[in-house]
This record gives sequence, C-alpha cells and structure tokens, in this order.
Amino acid sequence: MEAGILLLPGLLRGLRVTLEVFVLGAMLALGLSFAVGLLRLSRFPIVRTLAAAYVEFFRGTSLLIQLFWLYYALPFFGVELSALAAGVLGLGLNYGAYGSEVVRSAIRSVPKGQWEAAIALNLSPLVRFRRVILPQAWPLMLPPFGNLLIELLKGTSLVSMITLGDMTFQAMSLRTTYARYEVPLFLLLLVLYFLIATATSAIVRRLERRARVGRSA
Amino acid sequence: MAGAPAIVDANRALQDRARAREDAAVRRPIVRFRGVKKAFGAMTVLEGIDLDLYPGEKVVVIGPSGSGKTTLARMLMTLETPSGGEIEVDGEPLFTMVRRGRRVPADERHLARVRGKIGMVFQHFNLFPHMTVLRNVTEALIHVRRIPPEEARRRTMAMLERVGMAEHADKYPAQLSGGQKQRVAIARALVMEPKVMLFDEPTSALDPELVGEVLAVIKEIAAKGDMAMLLITHEMQFAREIADRIVFIDGGKIVEQGPPEEVLLRPKSERLKAFLARFRNGMGLR
Amino acid sequence: MGDEWRWDVAWAAARKIAAVVPVTIAATVLGFVVAAAAGLAWTIARRSRSALVRGAVEAAMEFVRRTPLLVQLLFLYVAFPRLSVFAIGVIGLGLHYGAYLSEVYRAGIEAVDRGQWEAARALNFSRQKTWTRIILPQAIPPIVPMMGNYLIVLFKETPLLFAINVTEMMAVAKQFGSETFRYLEAFTVVGVFFFLMSYPASLVVRWLEARFGRAG
Ligand SMILES: Nc1ncnc2c1ncn2[C@@H]1O[C@H](COP(=O)(O)OP(=O)(O)OP(=O)(O)O)[C@@H](O)[C@H]1O
Ligand SMILES: [Mg+2]
Repeated sequence: MEAGILLLPGLLRGLRVTLEVFVLGAMLALGLSFAVGLLRLSRFPIVRTLAAAYVEFFRGTSLLIQLFWLYYALPFFGVELSALAAGVLGLGLNYGAYGSEVVRSAIRSVPKGQWEAAIALNLSPLVRFRRVILPQAWPLMLPPFGNLLIELLKGTSLVSMITLGDMTFQAMSLRTTYARYEVPLFLLLLVLYFLIATATSAIVRRLERRARVGRSA
Repeated sequence: MAGAPAIVDANRALQDRARAREDAAVRRPIVRFRGVKKAFGAMTVLEGIDLDLYPGEKVVVIGPSGSGKTTLARMLMTLETPSGGEIEVDGEPLFTMVRRGRRVPADERHLARVRGKIGMVFQHFNLFPHMTVLRNVTEALIHVRRIPPEEARRRTMAMLERVGMAEHADKYPAQLSGGQKQRVAIARALVMEPKVMLFDEPTSALDPELVGEVLAVIKEIAAKGDMAMLLITHEMQFAREIADRIVFIDGGKIVEQGPPEEVLLRPKSERLKAFLARFRNGMGLR
Repeated sequence: MGDEWRWDVAWAAARKIAAVVPVTIAATVLGFVVAAAAGLAWTIARRSRSALVRGAVEAAMEFVRRTPLLVQLLFLYVAFPRLSVFAIGVIGLGLHYGAYLSEVYRAGIEAVDRGQWEAARALNFSRQKTWTRIILPQAIPPIVPMMGNYLIVLFKETPLLFAINVTEMMAVAKQFGSETFRYLEAFTVVGVFFFLMSYPASLVVRWLEARFGRAG
C-alpha cells in the first residue's frame, strides 16, 4: 500500500508519454496498414513487389532493432529524430507492416460478386471501395486490428530503451531510488499496462458490435 | 402567301429526314458483338461470336453448361475482357477508344460512360449485405447518376413497388428469401434506366417455388418495350414466351438462332436437337 | 551525408555479433521448449472441471498476453535475483509465448470433430488414451505451421533479453556501437543477421501452411 502511494505518481508521469506514443503510433500504423494493404492489391506488379518488400523487411527484423536503428543509426545519414519521433515512426512502420496484411486479407475475402455488382452499377472505383467493399471488409479487420493494437501497446514499452520517458522508463528510474520496492514497482507497472490493454480491447469490442449491424448473407 | 407551299414542302422534307433518322436509329443495333473471342489461359471458351441486339429486342441465350453464355454477358458488362473481336454499344466500341487520333484500350472514364447503358442481374443476386433494400437501390442513383437523395428515394420506392418489394424497403438482404433478393436486384439494375439489361440465369439459384415470382417480374418488365434484354436461362417455356429471338450457343459458337418457335420447335442442327431433348419432359414443348 | 557506411567496421561488428549467435539460438530454442510445455500446462489447466480454476487460468493468461514481455522480464529479474539472467530470459519468453501457444493448442483441439470423442467413448478408450491416441494425433499436425510462426516471433523478441543484461546479439551490437561510435554499422548488421535467419524460416512456415493448410 505504502509502496503504491510512493510509486504511483512517478509511474503516472510516464503514462502520458506511453499514451502519446501509443495513440500516435497506432494512427501511423493504421494509415500505413491501409496504404500498403491497398498497394499490395495493385494492378502493377512492381507496386505489389515494393509493398511486399516493405512488409517482409519490417516483419523480418525486430522492433527493438528498428527503434535503435531509427534513433542511433539514422543520424549517420544526417537525419536526427527526437526519441518521440523515432518511437512513433518505429512502432508505426512495424505494426503497419502487420496491419497491411490484415487489410489485404480482409479486402480479398469480400466476395468477388460484390465487386462485380458494384461495377455493373457503374460505381466509380472510389465509391466501389468506400461504400461497398470497405464496409464489408472493416468488420473482418476489427478483431485482428484489436489484437495488433494490444501488441502495439506492449511495444511502446520498448521506447524506454531509446531514452523516451514512458511508464517503463519511469519504473527503471524509480527502481534506483526505491530499491526496496522494486518487486511491487514492476508488478504495479504490469497492472497499469493490463488496464490500458483491457480498456483498448473493450473499445475495439464496441466498434465490432457497431460494425456488425445488419450483416451476414 | 406564295411561299407557303414551299415552306410546307420544306417542312415535310425535314420531317421525312427526321423519320428516316429515327428508323435508322431503330435499325441500328444497340449492342453488336463482332467476332468476339474469349480464352481463359489455354482454354478457348468463345471462338468468334457475331450477335446484334436491337433496341427493345428480347434475346434469350441458351446452351449447355460451360458453353460460354455467362462469359458473353460478363464481357458486355466489362467484367471480362475479350481476347479478340470487338463489342460495340450504341455504335461505339466498348473496349477501345480514340485518343489523339489513335485507337487505344479504353480507360475507366470511357468504360464508365458506356457501362451506364447496361445493367445486369446476377445468378446469385450480389446484393450489398450491409445496406438495406432501399439503400441497395438508391446507392447508384445517388453516387453514379448524382440524383438528389429525395428524388432517388422516390424513384426507388416506385421501382420497389413495381417488383412487389416496397414493404421490405427497410430490411437487410439477409432477411429476405431468394426470390425477394432477386426482385430487389432487378429493381436495383432497372432503376438506373439502362438501354440493355442482362440477366444471367436469374432463377437458377432459387428454390423451385420461388422461381415464378421472379419470372413474373421479368415478364412484366419485358412487356414494357423500349429496353433491350439479353437473358440467359434454362427455363425453356419462359424463353418461348418472352423472347423475340433465341440464340443457341455451343462449342464456343452460335449454332442456331431465330424466332422462338423456329428454334425450339424446329431445330435444324443435331446439337440443338440433342440439347432440347433434355428439356422435353415437363416443359410443355412438343 | 556526414559519415558514410564503412565496410571494415561492418565486418568487425559482424564478427563480434556472430560470436554470440549461439546465445540467441539457445535462448530461442529453450524459450520455445518452455513455451510449448507452458502452453500445454495452460491448456490442461483451462480445461479443469473446477470453474474457479478455469476462470483463474483464463485471467492469468489474459494478464500475460496483455502486458509487455519487456516488463515481464524486468519483473522476473528483480523478483528472482538468484536466477541467472539467461534462465530468466528463457522463463520469461516461455511463459509469455506459452500463453499464446495455448490458444493455438486450443484451436487445434477444437478443430477435432466432436464425433471423434464420441467414437473414442463408444470404443471404451480411457480418458488418457483418448487424448494420446485419438485427439492429439489429429490436433497437432494442423497447428504445426502456427507453432512455427510463434517460433519465429519468439526469435525476433530475443533482443529484449538485452534489457536484463543477457549478452546476446543486440547487446553486443549496442556495446560495439558505443565503443566505436559506429551505431550505423552495428545496428544495420544486427538487423541483417535477424533478417537472414528469420526470413528463410518464415518461408518454410509459409510452405508448411500452403502444404498442410492453415489452422488456429
Ligand atoms: N475466370 C475464369 N477462369 C477460367 N475459366 C473460366 C473462367 N470463367 C469461366 N471459365 C470457364 O469458361 C467456360 C464457360 O463458362 P461460362 O460460365 O461462360 O459457361 P456458361 O455457359 O455460363 O455455363 P453454365 O450454364 O454452367 O452457367 C467454362 O468451362 C468455365 O469453366
Ligand atoms: Mg453461366
């Protein structure tokens, strides 16, 4: 109890950074998921190949390496990113690669007849996608997106290792001050992540319920 | 008043010429397949189809399974690209266009413009499951024809009335029977006022007891006259009632065509005879 | 452009990193063995007859899956000061991915037709025999590709062990970088190492998926 009162304010100082990195990273990842997922369905083989290369590259290496690379190695090319920028960019690029697979497979699982009916009604390619395909693919994307979002949240803890002051970073520095309480400290940190993840997952569930209105068949 | 007869003459000449133009327009095919070929990989499905469809004409296409009937309709709907030959719609090539004095493959703009003259009803309805019946039908009116929502709604309700689905306007496709779904799909295509309607086996995915209601709707539409129809079906009795002309496709070619009585009752080719023999029983054909 | 890429430095980094490849491999393999066993334990526990046990197990698994591996490692590190950091790394990876593998096992088991249980019952197989002779032989082959996937994921997570002072590839790269101030080569080379090992493995898994179908 005493430990909690002592430690919580310090951890909560990192909460803002964690949430900031989480939200910005998620937005970037979502944007990339759609952009790259659609490029992977392009008519042009070269575009598909480049998009696939991006996905394979980011899925083939580790998030931590990507973050270190963006933060420590990129300056060698004259690009100095702040820790926040490197963190958001790394998370966005990494989870965007996974998300693009979600987008791609969800779009591909919309029955061919739906595309054809949209063409037969002469809907423009944009309207076809926005009003016919996406509304049917979106509910399929939500559950895997929800899982990815949790993974992304967990991934934010890695930004502590590129000097960004998130919750994990705060815990590491509290640990040196309150060595006696280091076990409850990390337990408390785990609980905080669990609570954020659970809230996130509840929000996604609600979106899933909303997306299901009047479907199937 | 001396000039009066001259004016009358000139008027008459103008009227004659206008009538001649109209006649020519009536005689000009709305759709024209010219030497159309289609192959999927190494397999040739259609090898040179010549077929004209005139405004208002109802043409029924029959033929064995796999003979390429669906492929024919899908090419006209731009869902497949011919491997050879050309399809003209309203006197204009569908898959090519002129740019800077040269014939080039059609772009999306060209396809969209020509496609606007054609509507299609699919075997499996292909209704949009996430939209109500009403929205399924208004969608293209609003987003393609750019008709204001209120007017689109009015036209939709009138069309749903016509196919007997007005009271189901707020339901989702999942809540409808197959026959009801197909009637909505017909309304959805019809409300766009196409010059040509394609029906690809509109009743073959339906339970037998639901076939009648859909055929009745199609018959009612056909009676209305001005729209050309290309209808693929295995319902021979229905074909006979509705068709101005029946086209029999087999082996990638048009084997026979003519008025329903000719084709159905006095087939010339052995292949058509064999094909029809399978429908003799219970089809009311003698 | 500042300092451009230097091959001699990259070579030096590669040699140092290559020296600890066995550490990373060992952590991966042992971590996966623990994960496979822990996953089985989770799976058995969550099928317990007691609703209380089932609920507690589900909650614990959810907790493990919804919290960062990095923080779990740090927690184990401070909670068990007697254990070697390598052992903590292996246990951390194993518990974390055990919770994921349990989901995979469950999917495999649920995919076995109900009729198989009934047939086993009708033939009077014991409960244990039903599992070992009837259910598992059918449940496991379809989930092999999924397990392969998690093996690769686990491999890519081993750089986190650097945070608890395990001398694996990432730690060596960071060390090299801070000694020579050549982070570019150090982190590029370690990335290449990971890619060269994980990408071929993922091709194998994809081939397995295509060959034996997707499950789980
Ligand atoms: N996209 C495609 N790829 C490969 N082959 C195709 C494709 N579409 C159609 N085919 C083949 O082309 C042939 C003609 O098909 P089509 O669907 O046009 O026949 P159909 O006359 O409509 O037959 P049915 O009466 O069974 O509907 C068939 O052998 C079919 O397998
Ligand atoms: Mg067909």
